[in-house]
Amino acid sequence: MRIELEKRPAHSALFSMLSPFIALGLTIIAGAILFTALGKNPFDALYSFFIEPLTELWSLHELLIKAAPLILIAVGLSVCFRSNNWNIGAEGQFIMGGVVGSIVPIYFHEWNSFVVLPLMLIMGMIGGALYAGIPALLKTRFNTNEILSSLMLVYVAELFLDWLVRGPWRNPEGFNFPESRSFNDSAVLPELFPASGGANLGIVFALIATLLTWFMMRHMLKGFEVSVLGQSARAGRFAGFSSTKMIFFAFLFSGALAGLAGISEVSGAIGRLQPDISPAYGFTAIIVAFLGRLNPLGIFAAGIILALTYLGGEAAQISIGLPDKVARVFQGFLLFFVLACDTLIHYRVRLVTAIKARTEGEGAS
Amino acid sequence: MTDQQPGHGNCLLEVRGLTKVFGELRANDGIDLEIKSNEIHALLGENGAGKSTLVKMLFGSLEPTSGQIFWKDKPVRITSPGQARALGIGMVFQHFSLFEALTVAENIALSMDQDVSIEGIAEQAAVLSREYGLPLDPHAHVADLSVGERQRIEIVRTLLQNPELIILDEPTSVLTPQEADRLFETLAKIRAEGRSVLYISHRLEEVQRICDRATVLRHGKLTGACDPRLETPASLATMMVGSEVKSVSNAGGAITDEILIETRNLSAPARTPFAVSLKEVNLKVRRGEIIGIAGVAGNGQSELFDVLSGEETVPDPDDVRICGTGVGRMGISARRLLGAGFVPEERHGHAAVSDMTLSQNMVLARHHSDADVFLTGGPLKIIRYDAVKKASERIVREMDVRMSGEDPVASSLSGGNLQKFIVGRELDRQPSVLIVNQPTWGVDAGAASRIRQALIDLAESGSAVVVISQDLDEIFEVATSIAVLNEGALSEAEPASMMTLERIGLLMGGIHGEDTKVEAQHAH
Repeated sequence: MRIELEKRPAHSALFSMLSPFIALGLTIIAGAILFTALGKNPFDALYSFFIEPLTELWSLHELLIKAAPLILIAVGLSVCFRSNNWNIGAEGQFIMGGVVGSIVPIYFHEWNSFVVLPLMLIMGMIGGALYAGIPALLKTRFNTNEILSSLMLVYVAELFLDWLVRGPWRNPEGFNFPESRSFNDSAVLPELFPASGGANLGIVFALIATLLTWFMMRHMLKGFEVSVLGQSARAGRFAGFSSTKMIFFAFLFSGALAGLAGISEVSGAIGRLQPDISPAYGFTAIIVAFLGRLNPLGIFAAGIILALTYLGGEAAQISIGLPDKVARVFQGFLLFFVLACDTLIHYRVRLVTAIKARTEGEGAS
Repeated sequence: MTDQQPGHGNCLLEVRGLTKVFGELRANDGIDLEIKSNEIHALLGENGAGKSTLVKMLFGSLEPTSGQIFWKDKPVRITSPGQARALGIGMVFQHFSLFEALTVAENIALSMDQDVSIEGIAEQAAVLSREYGLPLDPHAHVADLSVGERQRIEIVRTLLQNPELIILDEPTSVLTPQEADRLFETLAKIRAEGRSVLYISHRLEEVQRICDRATVLRHGKLTGACDPRLETPASLATMMVGSEVKSVSNAGGAITDEILIETRNLSAPARTPFAVSLKEVNLKVRRGEIIGIAGVAGNGQSELFDVLSGEETVPDPDDVRICGTGVGRMGISARRLLGAGFVPEERHGHAAVSDMTLSQNMVLARHHSDADVFLTGGPLKIIRYDAVKKASERIVREMDVRMSGEDPVASSLSGGNLQKFIVGRELDRQPSVLIVNQPTWGVDAGAASRIRQALIDLAESGSAVVVISQDLDEIFEVATSIAVLNEGALSEAEPASMMTLERIGLLMGGIHGEDTKVEAQHAH
């Protein structure tokens, strides 16, 4: 007996819907096996991973804080991926957005004005976009592989940030800690409901970006152009669309959203620059984008699920003493199963039985 | 074959009630087929009739849903091409699978199941190609060979497996008339040796000429088995399409002196190592005229199409002129605004995006020229799908596009129906200039005659049309003048009434190193 994959004549709408859920189910099963292997009760572990963070109001706030950057970045990436451009460097664009957006509150730290925050956000978007423009330029000019160039630029951004906060931007009153000055009040992203927890405007930005991007992809010629060029560059050229312009559009768009996520995180959740401003949001967002089927509305839901794994990781660390790396393993499982389950959309799994195999043997003789 | 058994009706291959179901679709429905030893058997049918499905089951690439295949009167189950080859079935596909950067012998070696040295293969190939009248240099690089020669590689590599049945899928669609004649001689030789040939085609004339028997499919069902020599082309066509094919009428409209498409010494370098460069192409098409550009595939047809459509631009604006404007540096959208329409050769992934619906494919080609109807004004450019749907419904009605569902994705349509939509999409705009590349390639007879008639009607209504085609019957049917494209150079256009098949064949140039080529050069 053997297993065969048979190509479906048309892709299955049913499995298109189901595949993220199957992937989620398989991740939970694999996670349970992992916890058992670590000597923990899998039910306790899954409870503290997925349920516990949802039981208290403050941790729901935390969920939104974690979900906002994931959604912002992933929505940008979905446009990029749909146009068949593979920006893997959103983490770097996130960092550069945080860095460029912090110029104002660090150099003009005594400037209190309502324009400070909008200025920071715009500069953050520009910073992320320009940084994403580098792989786009390299791809259009020299035909370099954007996967490699965008990925490698992540490490450049990380080291650049590290150097800034240890060197020129270190807080002169900060006892030599590698941190910038704390931002003043007008440079901090306001909280939504300060009475119950810390969720800030970031989640609102994420919601707006989701809806606008959905509208663009669904109704506007620009979204149509993205899909056409992503599916067939040749047909795109026949339609009079330019692949080169699309490469820039896709990278600048996703870079700007990653940059906005970066400065929102720095300004809202952290309040200053420090060497470590992202628990790999830019990479996790790739999982979010695919789990959400590259559809902005799906991405919003997927962002919340992935944010839960971050919180669950912390909760499991505290309540049952699981190492925090388990959360990353979990995210890895999820991406793996999401990509694997996508096979079901285009292929049917078929068991070829032993009886058939035997008649084949006879036929050959 | 020596072991013929009269008692068993000496059938080499027999198929009983073969059925293949894809989801809802019965691609093959209870097909019976008998191929005797020593015969050339034709498999006729329109595109989408189920010929490919049937052949794939015979060659082991698809497994039948039900039914039985008998090989030499024994029931067999063919589950892989390797097993089909082991039985003695060889296949020459319509689209070659050759590595252009490798030599002939290396390409043959790649397809062999057993290990043989390249030198050994080269020797065997040379012997075979001499025996069968298929001249072929085993050490030549495939990239340097013509399509006809490439096909010979496929035939030789099939013959090397020593098959008893050879399946040929639309073999003459890429050949010049002279090359086709040579192929027919080879097939006669193969039959004389006691092998059989299953010959898939939709060209009735050649089926009548070389085939002993024919099996006709329509919509996945068997509609006839006959001796093609006793039939008329009309009766065969009726079996294929179910009703008499409307013949194309070419009344010939008034041709004026106004030139709508013009190229002046248009040259363009090859973009890739395997592309063809255009060499000083001079083309003039007047209002009311249809120029047919004949030529064997790979002689610069798609390159010429790309520079005419603006998908590739040229530095000098006046090298290409459309409706009196120098458009050399303009893109395809700007050329469309001048009143030009374009139909490229490849339907999937060029003229249409396979996974998009018909109305989305409508937006693809007309978002710029019909922006006032299809888009809302302003910078948002919201697509008005209600208007787009109305337009695509109009085209579906006008061109009689058969499809399932309201607004299906392009890939769910058969080749002919999608092509009718793609041509209709341009005709609907009443273009003053239409440039089409292989308008009926892989399209069934019914759709083809409809498309050809539409091209003629367009010219009669006062447009200029360029038809680039490998199908000489088509060229003679529609063109008012004919030019031939050979290795990127275009011959002088001559009135269709003065052209003959032989003359075109000579202009096309034959296979490298043959007499025809020399004559062709004299003819220039």
